[in-house]
Amino acid sequence: MSDLQLSILKLLEDGPVNDLAKQYPDIEPTILQGALNSLMARSMITYKTIETDLWTLTDEAIEIVEQGSHEYRLLEEVTKRLDGLKIADVQKVLGQAGKLGQLRAFKNGWVKKEGDMLVSNVSDKPNDATADDLKTIKMTGSLPNAKELAELKKRKLISKTKQITFNVDKGPEFALEIKKLETDLTSDMIQSGEWKSKSFKQYNFDAEGAPTLAGALHPLLKVREEFRQIFFSMGFTEMRTNKFVESGFWNFDTLFVPQQHPARDLQDTFYIKDPAEADEPEDKTYWNNVHRVHEEGAYGSIGYRYPWSAKESLRLVLRTHTTAVSTHYLHELAKNPRPARFFSIDRVFRNEAVDATHLAEFHQIEGVIADYNLTLGDLIGFMDRFFKRMGVNKLRFKPAYNPYTEPSMEIFAWHDGLNKWIEIGNSGMFRPEMLEAMGLPPDLRVHGFGLSLERPTMIKYHLSNIRDLVGHKVSLDFIESNPAVRLDEKLV
Amino acid sequence: MPTVAVDKTDLYEALGREYTTEEFDELCFEFGLELDEDTSQSELPIVNGVQERAQLKIEIPANRYDMLCFEGIARALKIFLGKESLPNYRLTKPQNLQKIIVAPETVQIRQYISAAILRGVTFTQRRYDSFIALQDKLHSNLCRNRTLVSMGTHDLDTIDGPFTYEALKPENIQFVPLNQTRNLNGKELMEFYENDKHLGRFLHIIRDSPVYPVVYDKNRNVCSLPPIINSDRSKISINTKNILIEVTATDKTKVEIVVNQLVAMFSEYCAEPFTIEPVEIVSDHNNESRIVPDISSRKTTAKLDYINGCCGFKQTGEEVATLLSKMSLSASVSKEDSNVLDVTVPCTRPDILHQCDIMEDAGIAYGFNNLERTFPGKSATFGDPFILNKVSDIVRREVAMAGWTELLPLILCSHDENFKFMRREDDGCTVVKLANPKTLEYQVVRSSLLPGILKTIRENRKHSLPIKVFEVSDVTFKDEKLENKSYNERHWAAVFAGKTSGFEIVHGLLDRIMKMLRIEYISEKEVEKSGYYIKEFEDSTFFPGRAASVFYRLKSDPSKAVNIGSFGILHPEVLENFDIPGMVSSALELNIEYFV
Repeated sequence: MSDLQLSILKLLEDGPVNDLAKQYPDIEPTILQGALNSLMARSMITYKTIETDLWTLTDEAIEIVEQGSHEYRLLEEVTKRLDGLKIADVQKVLGQAGKLGQLRAFKNGWVKKEGDMLVSNVSDKPNDATADDLKTIKMTGSLPNAKELAELKKRKLISKTKQITFNVDKGPEFALEIKKLETDLTSDMIQSGEWKSKSFKQYNFDAEGAPTLAGALHPLLKVREEFRQIFFSMGFTEMRTNKFVESGFWNFDTLFVPQQHPARDLQDTFYIKDPAEADEPEDKTYWNNVHRVHEEGAYGSIGYRYPWSAKESLRLVLRTHTTAVSTHYLHELAKNPRPARFFSIDRVFRNEAVDATHLAEFHQIEGVIADYNLTLGDLIGFMDRFFKRMGVNKLRFKPAYNPYTEPSMEIFAWHDGLNKWIEIGNSGMFRPEMLEAMGLPPDLRVHGFGLSLERPTMIKYHLSNIRDLVGHKVSLDFIESNPAVRLDEKLV
Repeated sequence: MPTVAVDKTDLYEALGREYTTEEFDELCFEFGLELDEDTSQSELPIVNGVQERAQLKIEIPANRYDMLCFEGIARALKIFLGKESLPNYRLTKPQNLQKIIVAPETVQIRQYISAAILRGVTFTQRRYDSFIALQDKLHSNLCRNRTLVSMGTHDLDTIDGPFTYEALKPENIQFVPLNQTRNLNGKELMEFYENDKHLGRFLHIIRDSPVYPVVYDKNRNVCSLPPIINSDRSKISINTKNILIEVTATDKTKVEIVVNQLVAMFSEYCAEPFTIEPVEIVSDHNNESRIVPDISSRKTTAKLDYINGCCGFKQTGEEVATLLSKMSLSASVSKEDSNVLDVTVPCTRPDILHQCDIMEDAGIAYGFNNLERTFPGKSATFGDPFILNKVSDIVRREVAMAGWTELLPLILCSHDENFKFMRREDDGCTVVKLANPKTLEYQVVRSSLLPGILKTIRENRKHSLPIKVFEVSDVTFKDEKLENKSYNERHWAAVFAGKTSGFEIVHGLLDRIMKMLRIEYISEKEVEKSGYYIKEFEDSTFFPGRAASVFYRLKSDPSKAVNIGSFGILHPEVLENFDIPGMVSSALELNIEYFV
């Protein structure tokens, strides 16, 4: 290999070399090119690849070059005989080629038919153009007349191959010797001082770097972390949400959700078969207060006025919202009422049909603000600030219904990319029926707001199927290659 | 939330102006409705050679039963826009008060009944359709698919009072059901409607009861068999003039709400609009004898400083009264106390339970988006993580930094995945089981993180090997001693899957994470020192001789060593069960709650 490279350098000593392949007829062009590339990488040469079409003769054509074309040979056979050639004898005299020769001789007007005989139709011997053309091709590899060339190709007398050759010139580092180039600087070279005399191979800056082995956190949990940081920075304490199973009491009744409410349907809520029934809560006063406010009304409310069932209240469910946890916290807060802010981001369960945007479980983000004399304007203003942290700058609020908040507001955000308002969360002031039953003073008002973790994540990162984000069908490549999360970053 | 389709032209005519879809959407938004669809925005279908009229499909808040039909929506919006005030519903004083006499046996099945009569009604096709549609909407929402309440409407000119409401053996009830020709008894009727798409789903409400509720007229003509079907005899049509509305229920409050909504919505079309003829219910056995319907308004009060304080605006009593009038509530400042508003809640607004509901209406009328956006900044609170989450995050980050990839599988799984596939036995006191899952995928709340991780590996079989994945999350166990009979436990699990077992790699990861948690590796004999040690153990999930238990000597009491989990080479049958061919795998699962 390096012999070839040295030989090429030697050839170049006197100046540029055109058609290098001609100089090395026995060496494959790919091998030549390898040598040239290697020299070029060292800037010792420059070269250009020249591709030309080369026509070669088929076996039939080689025969024609030697013996003349079939039609010419037929004419010769015809003129040889005074009376001409018997048509029936053409094959006998010329073999397989006779028939073709006859056809073309007629076409050229060289012979004519007299009875069952072929006789000459020309006085002088014509030029055998086919044979002449083929001779030219044999010598030069091509023919100036493209039409004739195509005709010969059609007659399967010639075939095309590609010829590759190179025009080579000296490069800036041209020399007759090849210096060994180092690919990398090593500690040995530094120790020995060799680096000072070594030449280094040019680095390919267009190639990608070597892939790094890396662990990865799950994309949705990276978004969860962003939300947690927003909550921490706004003075919220994280709630202990490690409790998936709740009684109907804590999940619904305490939240003033009547026992006939559709949310409590088998269609919407997962009930537990085993274990089946919860114990009554320790705080019997609270248990009775909740019972009373549903059945008869209390705290200025007329209540729902239906026979409240303890049994229904003790049915166990998979929590349908983390608001069940907020209820535990607010019930605790009632022992020592004071301003407080709580949040949680954890799994909730809904017995829903699974589709591209719904799973039977998802993460609920929940925030609770308790303070004296809070106003609705405070809640709206707070939501403004909260959502600004996640890059959402334009909010509006729609009156809505929710059994445990009044007023209730759906939060809509303006989405520049989609050019429309999209619903991103729910909020409201917890009802006095819920708070006063716990023993919280009436002037300690509590705001709550919630949104799913998945929905804003899917909108922000343009995911259309929730199963690509949550669950066992998620692709490991997706997790491994997902960029870091910055909610404040504008993506659309 | 229910969605109601209303005729677009009729509604805009009622509102006195045309709206663009955007304008109407805006109006809905401010009022708390949601415009789902304007059907005229796409080509309207042609039905029986006539192009369908344009409709607006409007989502109604679930507690606004007064807006479940065209009449209710049009009226509420007209009042909101100040184009109309609340109608004055009145009871007439008929010469012959119609009576329904209730038999005590009805207590066994559906004890409450209420009723009302609309006289001289003028229906058009669209009014009639709306009347039928409202009954459907009420049945499916407030009436909880007829279980709590159901209603029947009858052409009063085909039947004669006094009526009786009884509970009889199914065999003893004979009549021709609505739109049928055959006479059926109660039993036959159950069979007849067994496979009926519409009615079949209501049969269960009474089917197995020894007695069925039934309403008769004085000539023993059956009017209805609540909550299933009316009789064909008394059926109403577009030409019906005098309508008997009969509502039966198991819920005493809702029976009146339903009858009130029906008459409030449709008395508009009576010969004398907004008049309702009452009916006497004779029901002494359960103290429910009374004249119905009770359409009187409820008088209540709301504090002005409460409304101003909650909303965050400063309105005078008169201003708040004006706001409330837009929401169909009439209010005036009390003569005794200028801080008190006397509020009259019409019978159509049973959703008003507390002054907070009145406060909300004032807020809506003012416009939530017109409120000054303030910030609740009076009290300082401090951010603080849940300590178990903090420890979890340390583990998650350290494991990821060690080159492992975090997964997020589901918490619900099948019973087989949790037990059989893992070669584990269900001892009946471990796992929480669901009563009503829609698919076999969700039968139990997982008690191990491994099934979800193995399923994820199965779905990623084509990924380059080795696969190194982990999860830190909760599993749930049964515990009869607790109020909610169960508890969550925070676990960390990691699984290596590749061409070699990776046993030492998983072991090494354990050592690394323990080091990062400042938990020392100790020998079992060091009883006075907190730390962890491992011990070989046999477990059906793991390959024999290639599994270890992990023990932790508590910081608070090193003499106590708790088994916090295990790791090992997964049994080949486990991989086979999870359909993970061509790999060998090692797994680790620990309870990390002790590290708090």
